[in-house]
Amino acid sequence: METPHLIAAILAMAAGTLVLRLSFIYLFSEEMPEILDRALRFVPAAALAALVAPAVLRPDDGPIDVSLGNERLLAAVFAGLVAHYTKSFLFTVLSGMTAFWLLRLVF
Amino acid sequence: MDDKQRRDLMTGVRDIAPILLGVIPFAMVSGITAVGAGIPKHIAMLMSLSMFAGASQLAANQLIGAGAAWFVIIYTALVINARFVVYSASVAPYLQSLSSPAKWLYAYLLTDQGYALSVLRFRRGDNLDPHLYYLGISVTIWLTWQVFSAAGIYLGSNIPEHWGLDFAVPLCFLAVLVQALEDRESIVAGATAGCIAVFALPLPLNTNLILGVMTGIGAGLLSEHLRHRREGRF
Repeated sequence: METPHLIAAILAMAAGTLVLRLSFIYLFSEEMPEILDRALRFVPAAALAALVAPAVLRPDDGPIDVSLGNERLLAAVFAGLVAHYTKSFLFTVLSGMTAFWLLRLVF
Repeated sequence: MDDKQRRDLMTGVRDIAPILLGVIPFAMVSGITAVGAGIPKHIAMLMSLSMFAGASQLAANQLIGAGAAWFVIIYTALVINARFVVYSASVAPYLQSLSSPAKWLYAYLLTDQGYALSVLRFRRGDNLDPHLYYLGISVTIWLTWQVFSAAGIYLGSNIPEHWGLDFAVPLCFLAVLVQALEDRESIVAGATAGCIAVFALPLPLNTNLILGVMTGIGAGLLSEHLRHRREGRF
């Protein structure tokens, strides 16, 4: 992407994000409609899963790989367990990267 | 600022301190991947300053690096940040007394971690000034994010590709995802979104992301509805 287009896209994302953050603090004073509230609560789980799953299950956008030869999948399962038990962002990323490096050395 | 006010501000700084251990690697990965995606360094810094929203920045970096269409980049980032509407609605009643510029500032500084910590204080309504507490938390997160984004952007871009640092991006998402899977309905939403996003990957314009998110939300709502019906609430 050319630089001016890139800047425009970044500013659009920034402005849009600010509007989302301002929404109820500044722009509307009513209560949020209940159905919207319930739907938005699923956004983090759905959006993050939609980003993680292809990166882990289809390395380099290739075919689906659920074999033991898929280091990303094994490392992600390990990191997911670490995330669940430690609730630590740092440990999750470090353990996942370490597992990934070790598995690549072994295979 | 008197002693009490300074103390309320510092309580926020102290409460957020342990969480900074997670903010630091997130910020560095976002800086490194921005440069890795081919974004010029100063523009990557502009991105970090203007957006100040980690997960959406990482997703945008990934899409920019893959040469995605501009509208795909923008709507994906905004879908990820749609959760801020929930936070905004939830803190709004406590911020009505603020001036307009202060509301803009508080909104800009809204983060997952800042929201999670301060909403508890807002609801409790103890002797602590919730506005100063929120500022203490949020300004600390902001400074940490910007300093370590800059470190990633300006110092971290010479990391060799064979280190596989691109894998740190899904790991960052995974760390946040696991905390978001808090009940059965959100697990249904996540599992559905993940499956659809995997199978729909070959579709053009990264349609798999938005398709995954929409079906995931639908599946979450449906499973919630079914649970309510089982419990006889409808």
